[in-house]
Amino acid sequence: MSVHTPHPDMPPPILNVGVLGWLRSNLFSSPLHSALSLFAIYLLYLTVPPMISWVFLEATWVGDSREACAGGGGACWVFVKVRINQFMYGFFPESEYWRINLAFGLLIVLAIPLFIKRFQSKGKLAIFILVVYPIITFQLFSGGNFGLTHVETSRWGGLSLTLILAGVGIVASLPLGIVLALGRRSKMPIVKSVSVVFIEFWRGVPLITVLFMSSVMLPLFLPEGTNFDKLLRAMIGIALFQSAYMAEVVRGGLAAIPKGQYEAAEALGLSYWKSMGLIILPQALKLVIPGIVNTFIALFKDTTLVLIIGLFDLLAIIQQAFADPDWLGYSIEGYVFAASIFWVFCFSMSRYSMSLEKKLHTGHAR
Amino acid sequence: MKKIHVIASAVALTAVMSSNAFAGATLDGVKKKGFVQCGVSTGLPGFSSADEKGNWSGLDVDVCRAVAAAVFGDAGKVKYTPLTAKERFTALQSGEIDMLSRNTTWTLTRDSSLGLNFAGVNYYDGQGFMVTKTLGVKSALELDGASFCIQAGTTTELNLADYFRANDMSYTPVTFDSSDETVKAFDAGRCDALTSDQSQLYALRIKLGNPDGAVVLPEVISKEPLGPVTAQGDDEWYKIVRWSLFAMLNAEELGINSGNVDELMSSADPNIRRLLGKEGIKGSGLGLPDSWATDIIKQVGNYAEAFERNVGMGSALKIARGQNALWNKGGLQYAPPIR
Repeated sequence: MSVHTPHPDMPPPILNVGVLGWLRSNLFSSPLHSALSLFAIYLLYLTVPPMISWVFLEATWVGDSREACAGGGGACWVFVKVRINQFMYGFFPESEYWRINLAFGLLIVLAIPLFIKRFQSKGKLAIFILVVYPIITFQLFSGGNFGLTHVETSRWGGLSLTLILAGVGIVASLPLGIVLALGRRSKMPIVKSVSVVFIEFWRGVPLITVLFMSSVMLPLFLPEGTNFDKLLRAMIGIALFQSAYMAEVVRGGLAAIPKGQYEAAEALGLSYWKSMGLIILPQALKLVIPGIVNTFIALFKDTTLVLIIGLFDLLAIIQQAFADPDWLGYSIEGYVFAASIFWVFCFSMSRYSMSLEKKLHTGHAR
Repeated sequence: MKKIHVIASAVALTAVMSSNAFAGATLDGVKKKGFVQCGVSTGLPGFSSADEKGNWSGLDVDVCRAVAAAVFGDAGKVKYTPLTAKERFTALQSGEIDMLSRNTTWTLTRDSSLGLNFAGVNYYDGQGFMVTKTLGVKSALELDGASFCIQAGTTTELNLADYFRANDMSYTPVTFDSSDETVKAFDAGRCDALTSDQSQLYALRIKLGNPDGAVVLPEVISKEPLGPVTAQGDDEWYKIVRWSLFAMLNAEELGINSGNVDELMSSADPNIRRLLGKEGIKGSGLGLPDSWATDIIKQVGNYAEAFERNVGMGSALKIARGQNALWNKGGLQYAPPIR
């Protein structure tokens, strides 16, 4: 008796699997979809090939003067190449570049253990990075001690200045924002009203006005001869401004914690700071990671506004380079370069926030 | 218990601005510091720009260098504060900078109400026109009915309207937001002519696909005298800045330049001898060393050298001397005599 063998499965219709199947179900599932897909493909065809050819194929990469780019149809990356040091380090003396490299290299080295799971004393390292590292960095940048030559803040610039401004803003605005958010939810009337007034004042004025006031008005109020560093003024302005936004983001997280958690903390007999630090804030901050990172990214990009007060951040130093009579007319290359740098930084911040969310995921997230 | 909500609060700031009373103090301060703190533009082709090494150069920068040369005998003793248009006067009023050399137009309002003194004019600018050569126009008066690429919201827009109304001509404005857009539109042939300040037009011309295909017309329809500025109340310092500029102009008039100044030290011409500090009042009137003008000429050069190097034929801009030629060569640059 022969064993019954079922007829082998027929292969699925060729139009439902593989590339064709994917195309059919995703791009051409209905006449409307088909029309939209074709239109989109046409748009891509119009924009992408010329862009690629401008950026890569026809671009000029070698040379060291304007003449090298004459006649080339594509981008002139020579302009960026000859100025790359300035775009990175600003007007910092060339012989002292190693100090900036060391400062940022140190940060990377210090930050690596934070990503290693088995590393035990992460807390201590984090405190070191937040408290001691800024002092080291300031010493490296400013100099004046330990045999390092003094470099005035007016010579700081480029990407390093952008990173400093963003770093100071981020490091200062998060704790300040948490304090303000707690203050705004406080039952003590004075603490509460001070926080509300602070937050609403700084959220009510544009950053550009804050910077402008700090740079143009403040010197007139100060006594003659007092020279309050322009960069410091800008840093304080940015930190205060962003902390108001951060406060509202954190407050959103605090409001999302069920009342039972607060009551449970109280029932355990925890003091206010302990209940906040051990129970409420860890949950609240985890909930608002996307909001916090969103604020950081906005802050990072807002640092470009310092160009209106004559500080040369990445964007400003690139714009300044356009004014060199030897390189007039290469503004597009400069802007594309600035955009790509900003994109890399903002995109990595956003990816990091996503991985952080995943790591801290404990079941609330839907 | 009823909660009290604090909703909003308005903060009013009142400030009593301290008067700028520091006569004679600037020169002493500068000597003590060991450098001149000079406010310049954050970037204007030919007037102030930094190269890839971070060295500033330009016609405005050369005025700062001339002052440093006069005071210290070393044109390198300058520190530059790049300033935006809005900050520039505050920086001077607050004493953050010693002098401002930042393509600043000398006007009655600025001279009278901001606590400033204009020390002279180092560049006579004014609104002009650029057209393509193929248009075959030789004068702005032939531009009746032409279309103009203009940057919106600038005084150039108003000056253009006035000029055309005064000459009973018509034009079509094509407005844009930024100067880059304006020049791209002109390059693409969307308008017959481009109007802006002349110094700008030359810089914009370089950005064209074919710079030689465009020509700047001779007409200048507005007055924009640009010059260095000092804070009011320190006449001594003001005069140093003023005469540093005059020394460069006088040197050109007398034919002294950085190349021949050493030979001319032994010249018999009394005018040359007075400028080079060999006779006459020398540097005592200004409280400077006798070699003050010699140092300027040696290290910065005379006005013609500075002009040609930064904006003239020796630079990428290739601006003609025009109004900035000396008074005896058909221009407006005129310096009082040194005697």
